[in-house]
Amino acid sequence: MNSTTQQKRSADPRRLWSAYAPPAALLVLFILAWQCATWLWQIESYLLPSPADVLRAGVEARGLLSNHVQQTLRETLLGFGLALLVGVVLAVTIDLSAFLRKALYPLLVISQTVPIMTLAPLLVIWLGYTIWPKIIVVALMCFFPIVVTTVDGLSSADPEMLALLQSMGATRRQVFRIVRVPGAIPALFSGIRIAVTYSVVGAIIGEWVGASQGLGVFMLRAANSFRTDWVFVAIALCSLLSILLFTVVSVAERLALPWYYTSTRAERWEEIEGEA
Amino acid sequence: MSQAACTVEVSDLIKAFRVNGQPLRVLDGVNLRADRGTFVTLIGPSGCGKSTLLNIVAGLQHPDQGQILFDGVATGDRLGRVGLMPQRDLLLPWRTVLGNALLGPELHGEDPEAARRDALSLLPLFGLQGFADSYPAALSGGMRQRAALLRTFLCRQGVLLLDEPFGALDALSRSGLQEWLLRVWQQFGYTVLFITHDVEEALFLSDRVYVLTERPARVCLELDVPLSRPRERAITLLPEFALLKQQVLAALAGTCPDETGRPR
Ligand SMILES: Nc1ncnc2c1ncn2[C@@H]1O[C@H](COP(=O)(O)OP(=O)(O)OP(=O)(O)O)[C@@H](O)[C@H]1O
Ligand SMILES: [Mg+2]
Repeated sequence: MNSTTQQKRSADPRRLWSAYAPPAALLVLFILAWQCATWLWQIESYLLPSPADVLRAGVEARGLLSNHVQQTLRETLLGFGLALLVGVVLAVTIDLSAFLRKALYPLLVISQTVPIMTLAPLLVIWLGYTIWPKIIVVALMCFFPIVVTTVDGLSSADPEMLALLQSMGATRRQVFRIVRVPGAIPALFSGIRIAVTYSVVGAIIGEWVGASQGLGVFMLRAANSFRTDWVFVAIALCSLLSILLFTVVSVAERLALPWYYTSTRAERWEEIEGEA
Repeated sequence: MSQAACTVEVSDLIKAFRVNGQPLRVLDGVNLRADRGTFVTLIGPSGCGKSTLLNIVAGLQHPDQGQILFDGVATGDRLGRVGLMPQRDLLLPWRTVLGNALLGPELHGEDPEAARRDALSLLPLFGLQGFADSYPAALSGGMRQRAALLRTFLCRQGVLLLDEPFGALDALSRSGLQEWLLRVWQQFGYTVLFITHDVEEALFLSDRVYVLTERPARVCLELDVPLSRPRERAITLLPEFALLKQQVLAALAGTCPDETGRPR
């Protein structure tokens, strides 16, 4: 026991390093290449600003940006929250009723074939220049992965486990609460991780169609006035927001599923990868 | 809440499954009896229908013909009446050892605090002291089996159905757990139906052994084990033990005479 805990402590920074060093190195390399290219070929800043230009523009516009970022973050979080709520409710409904499963599932798939870009203006017509069209666009983009993964998670329960609880005299409701719901949480989190990476893009699309504030608005205005450097600033901020949300979800997942992310499991994976 | 042990009788049990449209007869008129508080073992070739038999006794599957009697009364709805330990330990991975052990009391709506104290006091007996808050993923195979046994015991049913509880273990931890199981059983006094592939295990543990034939399963040998209790490991070296073992092995090899007296 002692040696494993020691191993774990010394492995942790190593694990972090091996996880984040490669993408970070690649990113740095990419930015360097970009900087050199703009410099070598003397590319005009309004066509392709250099990373240094983008950084300078970001610092310059920071007072302006903070409100836009807040607005976009608000829309993202509210839309995502709505998607989570609707997604889980739909998943449970589909799971409980074979009829609704047959009726709803195809409709949900069809709902994903409607291009959001055509839907967004309609939402503005119906709901006006409020925050609601943006929230709904985000929710529309996010709820589907949550429904699909959660339905799969709920139906992936081990039949023998269900039989065991039955043999102990459990009711259907008890089986649902004790076996099927906890077993579906890892799948739910997979859906959430996919959804959260779409969510910021959803908010931007919502803002493009009609808004007075938000990163999407900032992006449009910058493009219209040929401030390409500001467009890139907005893009970078979108990515940062997405990465931030993804990280928050990953941390929440680890805290919520201590049984799933046990050190034993991580060590076994490491051993297997070490052998390969 | 604790249910008193009762006598379990299985009478003329017939069960067939449909496999690829063909009927597959698994149990072909099985009769057996486990008196109150006795330890009875079923032994038979793999795939002959032992787990199916236990599932039927537990009420999870329904026989095509035949009856299960508890204390002489045919009992239709047996769900929640027995403590079943399935072949795989089936611990809930998201619950700690304690959480898994408390499944039965929770389902029966017992007072959680009292049940908790009860379970904690049993941990040392089940060799799980200090692991109350460990997740199953962090346990060894033997510890998982013991945790599953503790869960089964805490269902507080008078009848325990144990389906190869030590099947996945090496000989050493196996013999330790056998002695330990006998101690626990003597303390609780339940009726036990036990399944194993291991002849020595069957004889060492049981008051009576039933040997089943290849599928479709019938009882081909009913053997009382007249060895005194409490039993020590050393009895496995006695000549009586060897004789019993030989009888069971012969039955398993298919040389025991059937009802007509002819060898099979
Ligand atoms: N639900 C089912 N549907 C169809 N066939 C089944 C079903 N359950 C069991 N069987 C078949 O019945 C036979 C007996 O299965 P069972 O699990 O009872 O065997 P067993 O004696 O417990 O074997 P083992 O010792 O390997 O555990 C097997 O051939 C199996 O394929
Ligand atoms: Mg079996």
